[in-house]
Amino acid sequence: MKNFAELIRTLDSTTKTTLKVNALSEYFKEASDEDRVWTIAILSHRRPPRPVNTTLLRIWASELANIPLWLFEESYHIVGDLAETIALVVPTSNENSEKSLTQFLREMLALKKETDEFKKEYVTHNWRKLNYYERFVFTKLITGGFRIGVSQKLMTRALSKATDIDEDILAYKLMGKWDPNTISFEDLVLKESASDFLSKPYPFYLAYGIEGAVSDLGNVNDWSFEHKWDGIRSQVIIREDELFVWSRGEELVTDKYPEFHSFTAVIPNGTVLDGEILPFPDNEIGTFQDLQTRIGRKTISKALLAKTPVILKAYDILEWEGKDLRQQPFIKRRAILESLMKRLSGTELPIYLSETVSCDSWDEVASERDRAREMRSEGLMIKRKDSTYQVGRKKGDWWKWKTDPLTIDAVLTYAMRGHGRRSNLFTDYTFALWDDEEKLVTFAKAYSGLTDSEFKKVDSWIKRNTLERFGPVRSVTPELVFEIAFEGITESKRHKSGYATRFPRILRWRKDKKIAEANKLEDLKALMLT
Amino acid sequence: MHKPLLAFNENGIYCEVANVYLDPWKPVDFAIISHGHADHSRYGHKKYITHHTNVPIIKHRLGDINVSGRNYNETFTINNVKFSLHPAGHIIGSSQIRVEHRGEVWVFSGDYKLEDDGVAVPFEAVKCHSFITECTFGLPAFKWTPQKEVFSDINNWWETNREAKQTSVLFGYSLGKAQRLLKYLDTDIGKIYTHGAIENMTEVIRPMIDFPETTRITRETTKQELLGNIVLAPPSAHGSTWIRKMVPYVTASASGWMAFRGARRRRAVDRGFVLSDHCDWQELLTAVEATGAEKVICTHGYTEIFSKYLRTLGLDARTENTQYEGELNESDTKKESESVA
Repeated sequence: MKNFAELIRTLDSTTKTTLKVNALSEYFKEASDEDRVWTIAILSHRRPPRPVNTTLLRIWASELANIPLWLFEESYHIVGDLAETIALVVPTSNENSEKSLTQFLREMLALKKETDEFKKEYVTHNWRKLNYYERFVFTKLITGGFRIGVSQKLMTRALSKATDIDEDILAYKLMGKWDPNTISFEDLVLKESASDFLSKPYPFYLAYGIEGAVSDLGNVNDWSFEHKWDGIRSQVIIREDELFVWSRGEELVTDKYPEFHSFTAVIPNGTVLDGEILPFPDNEIGTFQDLQTRIGRKTISKALLAKTPVILKAYDILEWEGKDLRQQPFIKRRAILESLMKRLSGTELPIYLSETVSCDSWDEVASERDRAREMRSEGLMIKRKDSTYQVGRKKGDWWKWKTDPLTIDAVLTYAMRGHGRRSNLFTDYTFALWDDEEKLVTFAKAYSGLTDSEFKKVDSWIKRNTLERFGPVRSVTPELVFEIAFEGITESKRHKSGYATRFPRILRWRKDKKIAEANKLEDLKALMLT
Repeated sequence: MHKPLLAFNENGIYCEVANVYLDPWKPVDFAIISHGHADHSRYGHKKYITHHTNVPIIKHRLGDINVSGRNYNETFTINNVKFSLHPAGHIIGSSQIRVEHRGEVWVFSGDYKLEDDGVAVPFEAVKCHSFITECTFGLPAFKWTPQKEVFSDINNWWETNREAKQTSVLFGYSLGKAQRLLKYLDTDIGKIYTHGAIENMTEVIRPMIDFPETTRITRETTKQELLGNIVLAPPSAHGSTWIRKMVPYVTASASGWMAFRGARRRRAVDRGFVLSDHCDWQELLTAVEATGAEKVICTHGYTEIFSKYLRTLGLDARTENTQYEGELNESDTKKESESVA
């Protein structure tokens, strides 16, 4: 645990990528095999199930710190991280623990089945015994989610540095479902075995947003165009008569989409498709909110299946006849995909081709993009015809060119403290519009789009213009106007206005506007119809 | 009902009987000043009284003002109101201000800490009926480590950087924190260089306190001579072009806010040392108890939370809005607040 805590401390105390990679690869070289596997698991968000609920942790911590629970909660709102708050408020010790990371995690796995009394004894005993930083790490392991600026990619790079195994191969190996409690470092990282790869997806290739003029991309004939669909980016794998559906967050979501099981009977083994899962009620593309309701459900009922069926809009093929096609040029992959889709026509499988659009000039490309709302897309995808399928977000060959967002001027009415880097700063805002009775009604929450220095200014303004406090939330004097951008509007009970927006974010601070000049709810409704 | 001895108005903390303000934020005729940080000692008052060691400091900051110095524990009377200054331990020359009239005693803490930092005269608790206290770090999450340990960490950090052939850049406010750091840096490791703002302030204080030798960074200072040495700079220098001269360098910040990981990351320094010239949670509670006060007024910092907690202890505690910059922290680098660190 000492080494792991030291590693987390180092990772947490630098913003420099090279230092992080070095610290992590040094750790990988020295740690025991078990600790390495657990470290990979934790840094790739495969933590063990939470053994103790956080309500109990809060109660125990406030008892141990000898402070009332409300004071603990206030501290938590300000610190912004539960494990850190606990580590800060409970009395400290100077001891290091001799126990390894793996031992702690095994204990936590076993802890889940124990009584609350036993759990309390275990947790508070460790809080008392561990020094500040180990106590923080220990509590983090219980509450989950190390957000310390270590992406999967950075971790893979460090592991590659420590093992001399190619980074892309490692990325592939570490994907998918594996259990850190049972798998060995040898099996996970070092050994190559074909059967391991049955469920494994390929790392997704992600596009950057277009910067500057689209015509800067050069000859329009070098590029392929299709609409950018607004659903769940997914890989659908058919191997040895089994189906696997992976979402971009590397989550295996096969069970969420039972309608895709019919694929195995028709699509040959050794096929991997890249595409978008879209809601498809009444045989047309629905809204993202339809899909979101469905994703949120633990079990997919028949009624839900009937109400919100889904389809796969396929745009790429990564494996065909068991062969990895990623090094083939895009148009070659597309040709294979299109011939497969032709074979499937008439089968009524919930799979559609994401059609390419032929454009002979950048002007034509632009007018196709203007059709986005009509096509129920978010804009265009622009892919170089001879591009290979790369790993992660890379510039150069794939671009997304989204439609301009809808915008509206709204009044800041509530603010909440942020988390992590923004803890102790008010950075999460709620915005309101004028209703028919000239009252401000909330319609959106946004917490991105301002620069750090603007956030500081707004934060300081909020502290001076607070009307009421509700725990971490403050209501503020209606005075500041912001232009809010978003992608769509739906009716919703989430906000007072009865409407909700998709991807709301702050476009700019309208210092030139008074609150009377902010938009009306009517204006929002009018935008809905466009 | 009889009027309180000290009241809060739009100009500052006001003693009507004496017609005197304590740390006013708007220009007034007569001000008693707790210490030299900008939010407590402002420009434009007709007459200032402060501790005599603070006199050269505020003259350096505010220019030619009408100021007279007093010793700690020396009583002076204005319109039958007895005033005296008492060590606050915050920075050199910092005072608590005691006000007594007809047997009623109030103490205004200014900013303060309990740990003896070796530069400021250590805090002394003063008995009173009403205590006006800051509570910048009035949250149980703040718990300082003894400064001996923090300085040993700082010197180790410097030594490690020196071995890695890097220059150490350490940020701290130019009045108070910089001198406290200076006092404990281990000159066996290397030389201490200073940003102009810090050097100027240190020059003012040198006649009163023994400090190690420092070298002012000027246009002529070269990267080579800085290499492996330590540079003391105000927080506002972070991210400025001035700092490019130090390449290759490693940065650290010394502040109470560094107790929070979020603050460390926001500040984007390589290392955060938790070192404050304010009280932590326990120190605040200890100080409040030591005054024996029944009434407590919290002026800046986590005032709502701290006063609510004091009420649960049976004290008559409330908050007052002031313009002391309690909620500002290290993230405010553009407009450097000298008050909070």
